[in-house]
Amino acid sequence: MLLIHCPYCQEDRSELEFRAAGEAHIARPENIASISDEAFAEYFFMRDNPKGYIWERWRHFNGCGRFFNAVRHTVSDKFVVTYKAGEPKRSLESLGLGTTNAGGAK
Amino acid sequence: MSGEFRIAGKGRLTPARQARFSFDGKYYTALEGDTIASALLAHGVHLMGRSFKYHRPRGVVTAGPEEPNALMNVARDAARQQPNVRASVQEVFEGMKVTSQNRFPSLSFDVGGINNLLSPFFAAGFYYKTFMWPKAAWKHIYEPVIREAAGLGVAPKEADPDHYANRYAHCDVLVIGGGLAGISAALAAGRAGAEVILVDEQPELGGAAHYDSGLTVDGQPAYEWAQAAGARLAARKNVKVLTRTTAFGYYAHNFVALAERVTDHLSIPERAAPRERLWQVRAKKVIIASGAIERHMVFDGNDRPGVMMASAARAYLNHFGVAIGSNVGVFTAHDSAYEAAFDLANAGVKIAGIVDVRERPGEAVMAEAARLGIEVMTGQSVVTTGGKLRVNSMSVIRKAGGTQRKIAVDALITCAGWTPSVHMFSQSRGKLRFDAENQRFLPDVYVQECVSVGACNGTDDVSALVAEAFSAGENAARAAGATGDVRTAPEASTAYRWAGGMIGTPEGAGPEDGGKAFIDFQNDVCAKDIRLAVREGMASIEHIKRFTTNGMASDQGKLSNMHGLAIAAEALGKGIPEVGLTTFRAPYTPVTFGTILSHSRGALFDPTRKTPIHAREEALGAVFEDVGNWKRAWFYPKPGEDMHQAVNRECKTVRTSAGIFDASTLGKIEVVGPDAAAFLNLMYTNAWDNLKPGRCRYGIMLREDGYVYDDGVVGRMADDRFHVTTTTGGAPRVMNHMEDYLQTEFPHLKVWLTSTTEQWATIAVQGPKARDIIAPFVEGLDLSNEAFPHMSVAECKVCGVPARLFRMTFAGELGFEVNVPADFGADVWDALHAATEAVGGCAYGTETMHVLRAEKGYIIVGQDTDGTLTPDDATVGWAVSRKKTDFVGIRGLMRPDLTKSGRKQLVGLKTRDPKVVLEEGAQIVADPNQPKPMTMLGHVTSSYWSENLGSSIAMAVVVDGRSRIGQTLYVPMEKETIAVEVTDTVFYDKEGSRINA
Repeated sequence: MLLIHCPYCQEDRSELEFRAAGEAHIARPENIASISDEAFAEYFFMRDNPKGYIWERWRHFNGCGRFFNAVRHTVSDKFVVTYKAGEPKRSLESLGLGTTNAGGAK
Repeated sequence: MSGEFRIAGKGRLTPARQARFSFDGKYYTALEGDTIASALLAHGVHLMGRSFKYHRPRGVVTAGPEEPNALMNVARDAARQQPNVRASVQEVFEGMKVTSQNRFPSLSFDVGGINNLLSPFFAAGFYYKTFMWPKAAWKHIYEPVIREAAGLGVAPKEADPDHYANRYAHCDVLVIGGGLAGISAALAAGRAGAEVILVDEQPELGGAAHYDSGLTVDGQPAYEWAQAAGARLAARKNVKVLTRTTAFGYYAHNFVALAERVTDHLSIPERAAPRERLWQVRAKKVIIASGAIERHMVFDGNDRPGVMMASAARAYLNHFGVAIGSNVGVFTAHDSAYEAAFDLANAGVKIAGIVDVRERPGEAVMAEAARLGIEVMTGQSVVTTGGKLRVNSMSVIRKAGGTQRKIAVDALITCAGWTPSVHMFSQSRGKLRFDAENQRFLPDVYVQECVSVGACNGTDDVSALVAEAFSAGENAARAAGATGDVRTAPEASTAYRWAGGMIGTPEGAGPEDGGKAFIDFQNDVCAKDIRLAVREGMASIEHIKRFTTNGMASDQGKLSNMHGLAIAAEALGKGIPEVGLTTFRAPYTPVTFGTILSHSRGALFDPTRKTPIHAREEALGAVFEDVGNWKRAWFYPKPGEDMHQAVNRECKTVRTSAGIFDASTLGKIEVVGPDAAAFLNLMYTNAWDNLKPGRCRYGIMLREDGYVYDDGVVGRMADDRFHVTTTTGGAPRVMNHMEDYLQTEFPHLKVWLTSTTEQWATIAVQGPKARDIIAPFVEGLDLSNEAFPHMSVAECKVCGVPARLFRMTFAGELGFEVNVPADFGADVWDALHAATEAVGGCAYGTETMHVLRAEKGYIIVGQDTDGTLTPDDATVGWAVSRKKTDFVGIRGLMRPDLTKSGRKQLVGLKTRDPKVVLEEGAQIVADPNQPKPMTMLGHVTSSYWSENLGSSIAMAVVVDGRSRIGQTLYVPMEKETIAVEVTDTVFYDKEGSRINA
């Protein structure tokens, strides 16, 4: 059972308190009514599925109720960092993890 | 007498403490501490089961939890029965009733034994090739027969009366395994002052010390040392010692699950005691001291009763005092089996001979064998055995070929070496490496905060493993901040240093050894099955596993995985690490459902939600249905009424006088703020700007892809305040959907959302007399049709309490919904219900609610829609604003597939025979005589008998439904085909005049 650090509550809580909320940093397109079919498909359907680091959202559903972002390794399930909604995407470099999202356990 | 094979003076059990039990109806005396296996062996009983596929006679093979063969049904009473219990694990208690499994009519005469003769047809993978023809025979012959024959053990039919407990625990150091390594680690960590949990699956600590008579620690026999050290550990406040407890799963972030067996060994358990206890442990550091598991030699006939592991024979002798035979053969590739022979010989048991595949076994063991006068045949193999219900001979040849020498035995012990137990490490997602020199996999790369020590880490030398474990215990404790003095590590020594070991089939046995050389006993998988799988094209070990079912039984390949891998690698011509092992999965050994469920059974399985009016509905005799976690009054039968009669009466009553209905379960969200309307504009298809305070409107909510997600009436209380409603089932997900957009897409909007589902009790009063019923109770509001028209909302008082009154209807009648704070709900219901009955109205339930709304063509999201309908498909396209430039779903609606013709559209259906009621889910076709598979145009989403109309009504989604209005379509059912006419969805009061009364 994962332990997840809520950046709002500032505590490690068990995963039972959270809900996964999909890939992070996908902004709803401005003027969405006028984008092409391809652009809409990209926004609504296309998601990354790396064997490596993933940027994803969680919601502290049985806690403070806030959505936040996380960087997690999909093989080891290690959370690298969690940060508040609206903050910019954390780069691998800024996290000291090199520059490429190569697969394999870390 | 506890058995003619019990040797006086041997073993650790107390002769005076006895227990009687029965096995297949025959009574035996056991000693306290015996397992079923040791007790039966003491009486010379070796035949303990029949194998899964071939029904071959089988005996116990091990003395531990890795047992594949001796699985039995153990019963306390009719309800407390457990199938597939390992006889080598279950301790005997007085009065235990044990029965063997998978045999008819008896163990010694089993008609299933015919499978053994037919075995050429039951080779691996036969499931995919047999029972194909004739096709019709599958349903009536093959499948029923296979189902009857399949499986091991019979599940009890009575409900489980025991209860099971659950605990969460945190600790600094969790030590998995209470053998010499585990105890040493726990001693260091405990002395340092860390919070320690030491867990072992056996009734006592000691691990290998149970059988290894040559081990000593700090000058004491290892077993005695283990008990004393365990007692000292348990006495420490900071250490918890759990025996009869298996660590069965290693999960994320050092979360380990333990199953503690609390009462299964007791004759009369304490009534309050749980049968088992689940421990969910979060440890800062885990020390895995899980030891190694002995594996067997692979040769034809290696599965007869009496053939078992060498260390099992030692355990039965040294711990239980039981000799497994009187003329014992030994077949080995490893030095450790010699010690088993020595122990037996010293106890007076004849050793028929030691057959060793190696040319040069260890010198020390050879010397001792010579000293004891035991014949050792080096460089030779056992190639087959004799005997039916008990082994009676072993046949030996030199590796290079030659004549077979048949040697009489009544037991045969084997050892192919020791496999480090890397299950927990692998479950922690660590990576293994292959130690080619010793032909074993060892922990290599760790991804969690754990460390492996002792035999499971490849450290076999006993003095080294104690030191390694002690050091690991100290390190773990220090890392957790403990500062105590750990003093000195124990010192261990042993009589012999062991060497040797092999995996796969011994040379000289030949590649196409006829007969059956078992690698997986429980699933009856032989060496040749692995080779067959490779010939059939399985190249991945995961495919070979599933094709042959090697390692897929309840023992999960503890004895067989390495053998299977070696044979597969040889057949594939690849190296062992290249082929690899299959994934290790929890649970390590079987865990009962009760332990996992703990108290989440029956009424506690899911929380039950009740409205504040529930007790009143109960008192009225309501029958309830489950809607998600909610209990909702379904119908209110009067004495003598069945469901149809009650519903028909309720439906008629609502439309002739009035009905009162509890709508409290529907979701409610208070949306407040200067940007409330702007936010709702984005969340719904409707334009909310022009909704004035005091008015309410039916809203449609989409997902971004344009499909209907939820619906509900929204009332505007003020410029900056909306009372939003949702479906009952959709309340939490609508709230989540709104919070998602508000927090992460539109955080600049000044609006706050509060769930108020449980804060308001909602009572609907519907029907021609609705206004008459509520008027006397309403203060502060003019209820006339002019002042309070349909789709109005106002704050007022009802029965003297603050209320929000909506004029709205889901029944298509003059209707009101009274919202009062939940605590007043029951009392307000009392008043309104009495008034309703006084004018000839009645309470109605959800079934009537469904019928009445269907008569009016009102959709139910999630019943008439399924996440693939647009508003237009669902007849509510009118709710989509054409002026708004943005709302969730706006772009999705424009997608080509959502705007093209040929989409399924919601329509009404009337059966040609009005008495016939369609089945929901039934398929609809245009031509009932077309060949199968028919072209299906859609399906029935809602269907009811309408008492008000005197006919059945239905709603359905049909391709191009609206253009088919007036057409006849057909609903093919199993026994008849029903003709239907397509209509629009409104069956009753098309003009809507009743609503505006």
